[in-house]
Amino acid sequence: MIAYLLRRLFYAIPILIGVNLLTFVLFFVVNSPDDMARMQLGDKRVTTAAIQNWKQAHGYDLPLLYNAGACGLEQLTKTIFFEKSLRLVVFQFGSSDDGRNIGEDIRQRMWPSLAIALPVLVIGLACNLSAALFIVLFRATVVDVWSLVLLVAMLSISGLFYIIGGQFVFGKLLHLMPISGYDAGFNAWKFLILPVLVGIISGFGAGTRWYRALFLEEMTKDYVRTAYAKGLSETRVLFWHVLGNALIPILTGVVVILPLLFMGSLITESFFGIPGLGSYTIDAISNQDFAIVRSMVFLGAVLYIFGLILTDLSYTLVDPRVRLQ
Amino acid sequence: MMPVLLWTDALVFLLLALGLLLGFHTTRHAHLRAPWLRVLRSRVGVAMLVVLSAYGLVGLLDTVHVRLRTAASDQPESVQDAGSHYSPEILSLLDLALSGLRERQEKTYSAPFAIHLFVREVIRQPDGTVIREYPRLLHGGSHLDDPTQRGADIAWRTILGVLHGLLVWGLLTAVLLALLARRRRVTMAVVWSDLRVRSPGSIPWLSALMTLGLLLMLVFIAAELAATYHILGTDKVGEDVFFQSLKSIRTGLLIGTLTTLVMLPAALLLGIAAGYFGGWVDDVIQYLYTTLNSIPGVLLIAAAILMLQVYLSNHAEAFPSLVERADLRLLFLCLILGVTSWTGLCRLLRGETLKLREAGYVQAATALGVGHVTIIVRHLLPNVMHLVLITLILDFSGLVLAEAVLSYVNIGVDPTMNSWGNMINSARLELAREPVVWWSLTAAFSFMFVLVLAANLFADVVRDAFDPRLRMDGA
Repeated sequence: MIAYLLRRLFYAIPILIGVNLLTFVLFFVVNSPDDMARMQLGDKRVTTAAIQNWKQAHGYDLPLLYNAGACGLEQLTKTIFFEKSLRLVVFQFGSSDDGRNIGEDIRQRMWPSLAIALPVLVIGLACNLSAALFIVLFRATVVDVWSLVLLVAMLSISGLFYIIGGQFVFGKLLHLMPISGYDAGFNAWKFLILPVLVGIISGFGAGTRWYRALFLEEMTKDYVRTAYAKGLSETRVLFWHVLGNALIPILTGVVVILPLLFMGSLITESFFGIPGLGSYTIDAISNQDFAIVRSMVFLGAVLYIFGLILTDLSYTLVDPRVRLQ
Repeated sequence: MMPVLLWTDALVFLLLALGLLLGFHTTRHAHLRAPWLRVLRSRVGVAMLVVLSAYGLVGLLDTVHVRLRTAASDQPESVQDAGSHYSPEILSLLDLALSGLRERQEKTYSAPFAIHLFVREVIRQPDGTVIREYPRLLHGGSHLDDPTQRGADIAWRTILGVLHGLLVWGLLTAVLLALLARRRRVTMAVVWSDLRVRSPGSIPWLSALMTLGLLLMLVFIAAELAATYHILGTDKVGEDVFFQSLKSIRTGLLIGTLTTLVMLPAALLLGIAAGYFGGWVDDVIQYLYTTLNSIPGVLLIAAAILMLQVYLSNHAEAFPSLVERADLRLLFLCLILGVTSWTGLCRLLRGETLKLREAGYVQAATALGVGHVTIIVRHLLPNVMHLVLITLILDFSGLVLAEAVLSYVNIGVDPTMNSWGNMINSARLELAREPVVWWSLTAAFSFMFVLVLAANLFADVVRDAFDPRLRMDGA
């Protein structure tokens, strides 16, 4: 078990290096730091001195890969690649283009993100599963057909519509909840209801349809026929045997996105003004703060790989047939 | 008129040519034809095909770009160089067909079917007094002398539109019946009675005709009304929202189809190579797509578009017109969306090739000394094409929806380009107005919803027809 875990962690290293190289190429080779400086300073006729100043202030005034001017190990470490890219591997995010500490920001902002993403995931999963089970209970009837039509219609509606519609109806017309904003600590709950509700509804169509297909697939298996043959009731088969077996792919599908919940949802957070990592990223994109975007790309990749490892582990925990070697 | 070929236009025509070629090939082989006939035998399938074709037609009209001859063109050739005879403005056939809608601009917001502007203005009366009133629109309902006639006018035009639609529909139906009757060598009356009793093995022409009839009626009503009203209102700068919605169709369709087209070569090549050769090739390709896959898609797109913006702002002189710049950005967006989405198809293809490699005919070909390239092209490629097709159709609706979200984050298509995402983005804040400006949002969401719903329903039919055992995440 421990050996397997270590090997998986070892496999993650080349992937992280790949991600790191890719972001390095994307951010520093496709466009040189000079281009970035000119873009940030905003004007067509920027003086060379101004560009040099900007680069100096943000630490971009180093050679890309190899510093011939330095001596010893510094030939490799006094470079943009080492300072700006490799440091990400040990979670040293450095400071953003307007001088804030990115690591500090991330630690502070991941909690509001989680406060929205976690309820959406848990309550949404419960809703989708119950609805899917209900539809499967009435499979091959009118209920099934029309539920499916409703689900397809729901998943064909843009997520933006749910957000804008939710804000308009609940926030503006009915005055039930604040349209957007956030508050510290437990006072935040009234700002969370609407985004969570919208998140659940907008994921309902796709999720329920997917679980319905999963359950129907499971219903064709041999053990279900056996269960019926030995005289178990419909509800007993469905809610005990089928649900139990189908939970394995469902749970492992959920585990892979668990770490990514910290990253938050870009659109939801920025619409509802939640100070989480999603809106942090959006702000960085619109302010063209490359340091933050770079950090978030790397952080996302790390969390995704972590999720993959967790998935493998959860397989062994919930499915006794799987053994890790 | 001088035709102009933008980058995306060229790719659309390439896609069209490929589609026609494959379609021609398919009709000549019974085993390829069979699944398509299954699609055509589904009532939902044909109805949605009609809707999608209508969208496709608008998109195609909007893809043929021209530059019009300017009035100054009668000057002698020697005075000007060849290019200056034509106006610098690039227009599409759709622009020309809807030039009425395009040119009838108002000052600012006006509600659907309104004849007055949405905001008050200071109007100087003939007798010198100044009042604040809602002024009449320049074009919307300007033919009415008395505003109270509006209801009757709209009703009359609607009836006229319905009649026109029915007339055209009747003509088309008659042509179809005549064709079917000729093929089956019976009279048209027999064909008509056959259509109404539905037999399980036949193409449900009636569903197709009903959908077509409904569409034609809507089109003619819209045409009749749009000639004198802004049927979906006007936006902040007074542009007709109906026109914007129609123009956005091309953007949506392009993102949905070109993305898959540009990622196809990479996915096919790498997926089949990984499955067929195995060994270190497989390892490298798997490493490649795991790495790409582990970067969250939105962030990769954001990073790439940011870089493109830096490039564009530093090389502004390379793009003579806004249209060309927007076009390049659209193409790049398709490209980067393709980079984030090819991994799924690649993985599918790899798995399928792994299975096919062990098939008898591939083993036999290897034993007979057939080269790798021939085996891949002749034996593997045709047998994985259904996966490509299903992916192309399944991904389509998701990509159309993604465009709206990306445009909201400002990493989508160029802000000057007509797209549903841009419409939503610019109209979003207007919900806070009192009274509410709702029509831009409603129009964009409705047009998008119909397209995505049709694509989703059609995709389900295609998936069932091609591979009932294949399970993929439809989300």
